Amino acid sequence: MATAALETHDTHGAHPPTSTGLNSTKVAIWTFIGSECFFFASLISTYLIYRGRSVVGPFPHEAWTDPATGHVFKAILNIPVTSVSTFVLLMSSLAMVLAHSAVVRGDRKSSKIWLASTAILGATFLGFQAYEFTSFVHEGLTIHTNLFGSSFFILTGFHGAHVTAGVIWLLTLLFIDMKRGLEPRDAINVDVCALYWHFVDVVWIAIFTLVYLIK
Amino acid sequence: MATTVSLPAHAASAPKKYESGLWSWLATTDHKRIGQLYLYTSLTWFIVGGIEALLIRTQLYGPNGRIVSAQTYNELFTMHGTTMIFLVIMPLSAAFFNYLIPLQIGARDVAFPRLNAFSYWVFLFGGLFINVSWLFHAAPNAGWFGYAPLTTPTYSPGLNIDFWVIGLQILGVSSLAAGFNFITTVINMRAPGMHFMRMPVFTWMAFITQFMIVLAFPIITVAVTFLMLDRFFGTNFYEITAGADPLLWQHLFWLFGHPEVYILILPAFGLVSEVLPVFSRKPLFGYPVMVYSGILIAFLGFGVWAHHMFAVGMGPIADSFFSITTMLIAIPTGVKIFNWLGTMWGGSLRFTTAMKYAIALVAFFTIGGISGVMHASPPSDLQQTDSYFIVAHFHYVLFGGSMMGLFAGLYFYYPKITGRIMSERLGSWHFWLTAIGMTLTFFPMHFLGLDGMPRRISTYDAGQGWEFNNHLATVGAFMIAVGLLFMIYNWFHSMKAGEIAGNDPWGGATLEWMIPSPPPDYNFATIPTVTSRYPLWDRKSPKLTTDVPHGAAAEQEVDVTLGGKNAGRLKTPADTQLNAPTAHPSANELGIVMPTPTVKPLIAAFALGSVFIGLIMHKNLPIMFLAAAIFVLTLYSWLLTPLEPEHH
Repeated sequence: MATAALETHDTHGAHPPTSTGLNSTKVAIWTFIGSECFFFASLISTYLIYRGRSVVGPFPHEAWTDPATGHVFKAILNIPVTSVSTFVLLMSSLAMVLAHSAVVRGDRKSSKIWLASTAILGATFLGFQAYEFTSFVHEGLTIHTNLFGSSFFILTGFHGAHVTAGVIWLLTLLFIDMKRGLEPRDAINVDVCALYWHFVDVVWIAIFTLVYLIK
Repeated sequence: MATTVSLPAHAASAPKKYESGLWSWLATTDHKRIGQLYLYTSLTWFIVGGIEALLIRTQLYGPNGRIVSAQTYNELFTMHGTTMIFLVIMPLSAAFFNYLIPLQIGARDVAFPRLNAFSYWVFLFGGLFINVSWLFHAAPNAGWFGYAPLTTPTYSPGLNIDFWVIGLQILGVSSLAAGFNFITTVINMRAPGMHFMRMPVFTWMAFITQFMIVLAFPIITVAVTFLMLDRFFGTNFYEITAGADPLLWQHLFWLFGHPEVYILILPAFGLVSEVLPVFSRKPLFGYPVMVYSGILIAFLGFGVWAHHMFAVGMGPIADSFFSITTMLIAIPTGVKIFNWLGTMWGGSLRFTTAMKYAIALVAFFTIGGISGVMHASPPSDLQQTDSYFIVAHFHYVLFGGSMMGLFAGLYFYYPKITGRIMSERLGSWHFWLTAIGMTLTFFPMHFLGLDGMPRRISTYDAGQGWEFNNHLATVGAFMIAVGLLFMIYNWFHSMKAGEIAGNDPWGGATLEWMIPSPPPDYNFATIPTVTSRYPLWDRKSPKLTTDVPHGAAAEQEVDVTLGGKNAGRLKTPADTQLNAPTAHPSANELGIVMPTPTVKPLIAAFALGSVFIGLIMHKNLPIMFLAAAIFVLTLYSWLLTPLEPEHH
């Protein structure tokens, strides 16, 4: 009896012996990511269904003259700026991989550097998004303006919220790393965070392509 | 950082307050206790939803009913539907998921016990949230599928839809969290030898259901989020004047709504697949086909949603596509029906209450399934849609299907949960009143629908030929209610006076019948090794037990304790875990480390709910931010505390 008990539970730190050998948190985060795919798919579909259905401007890719005031709204999306922020976010995934590898190796110095880099790159992306949102509002596009405004801000806003959660998660890991140091046995926690981070990145690739690049 | 009391490091030597009394329930992480919380909460909502149904039926008993106003009637049918789907059938199924999945796969708990507690508390909060609307005279009133633009602020001002939309949002969190948890549990917590194709069919159906929940609920979350944003923050998602598509909600809702139908029925199918083999004394007929057809139902369930929308005019191509997929899904469902018949065929049947309910599911669900195939055909659907024919159809599948299966499960597993058997005599009364009552209520509705009676009308004029069938339906509804009173009485009476169950009162085949009733908190003193689909039947087979007397495992008499009191003596096979006090050591004595009880999931759930309370109080930002801060801090405190006490 005692042996069985030990087999099941005396497993702090190491991978718990599960039926599949996979870590349970990792299985859970994969199911979570599956669920999130449907979440973002619904948001992106709504955006695509509502393309070109807005009754009034401003529009994403073409200029619009307000018939009442004669005011000309230029095309809203600024693709060069967003390309830069997309690059920043993609680079953060690279930093994330390096952070995970450093924790696996037990390289405490590199792990701190790369965790911090990932968080900073993520925060930079959020900075770009904040700039983008403010300039759009300035140009006359809010969530109230038209269908494009509603579906654009909610889609990219939810993505931004996911990035924010990821940055907080990364900062938490960094804080733990600085306080007591992340050991190789903690690698699973970094791994799970990395899976989430890469997923958020991949979602952005879909959003960038479908919302920004395709006219 | 910690906002909650810090708990002692040793759960095993935790203070007495965690062992019994209110605190033990608030802080529990035990899947069996959480299962019981789900059970009693959902049965309470069942009574509430039942009263709503009785008010509806009383109003419709005769022409020009004046029991309730048209406005109240709208609230009654909306809340009846919402309650029965989200607060009764889903959580009652969740009660069985919680109680049974770890027992059936030979585990000591679910993969994430604290997340499990969190799911329950969020569910409790969501249910209370929706129902509190009655106190504000603002119960939801736009039907359970809340079609936008009807539910947009332009057409539904007032708090009614606010309560509904936020309540669904909260309940979605609960279902999703439970979904991740149970999928991980089934994948990772199976006992040695418990291969996927050896899992009990209930666990299989629960497993499939969790995948449907995890994939369908994000869609309703998005639909409901759009509506919430439209109502509270002035976005345009459902605003027709801004060019919005009036079908967006319908597509998103039914993309969730149709998988939801299978989320409601598959757990009941699973329960029946446990009950029928035991009372037929035969293994389930065609186990692999049963599993595959469950998977196929789940898969096809995502491709049939627009059959709820034939009447909106999607055009012949869409109509044909969804008509064909809908008819296709009848095939795996029919396969299941024939497999159950095959299981009973030639078996030595014992007609216990659980068995009767299981057979009732097979019978009533078949009727509901056949009327379902009828409106899979668009021309025929156009005649039936929004009429009482549809009401008859979905009550046959949900009450005649899901609820019958869940009743079967309740009678079947009551001994495992309480240690005593429910009275069969009272159970028989419950069954016959329910079966006859349900037929009287819902069968005439087919004719009412074909005679043109629309659903969701608060009253009707005399002289349309609808009186007699409405009389029958109302009488039937009250019969069901009387039957339920029998069950409630039986439930509490049997807890004191019922026959002692022992480990295995029915001659079950699966692991849950191997351990005492009710099981100790650690379930299995030794994690069993599984070698077949029916491990307990193998142990009793003559081949394996030739050298023991009576052709079965040796029996011995043991003292049985229930609730700390000696309740008599019972014969038990010698090789099963015993119920006697001496053979019922604590987890500590066995050296089994159990999760530390904690109230953090409870605090986190109520903090999350309070964010929504702030939202409905005209976006009260201080409350929302305070609640969100408490939520985040509790979450940190929870995640940074190990699940189990540290080793020393």
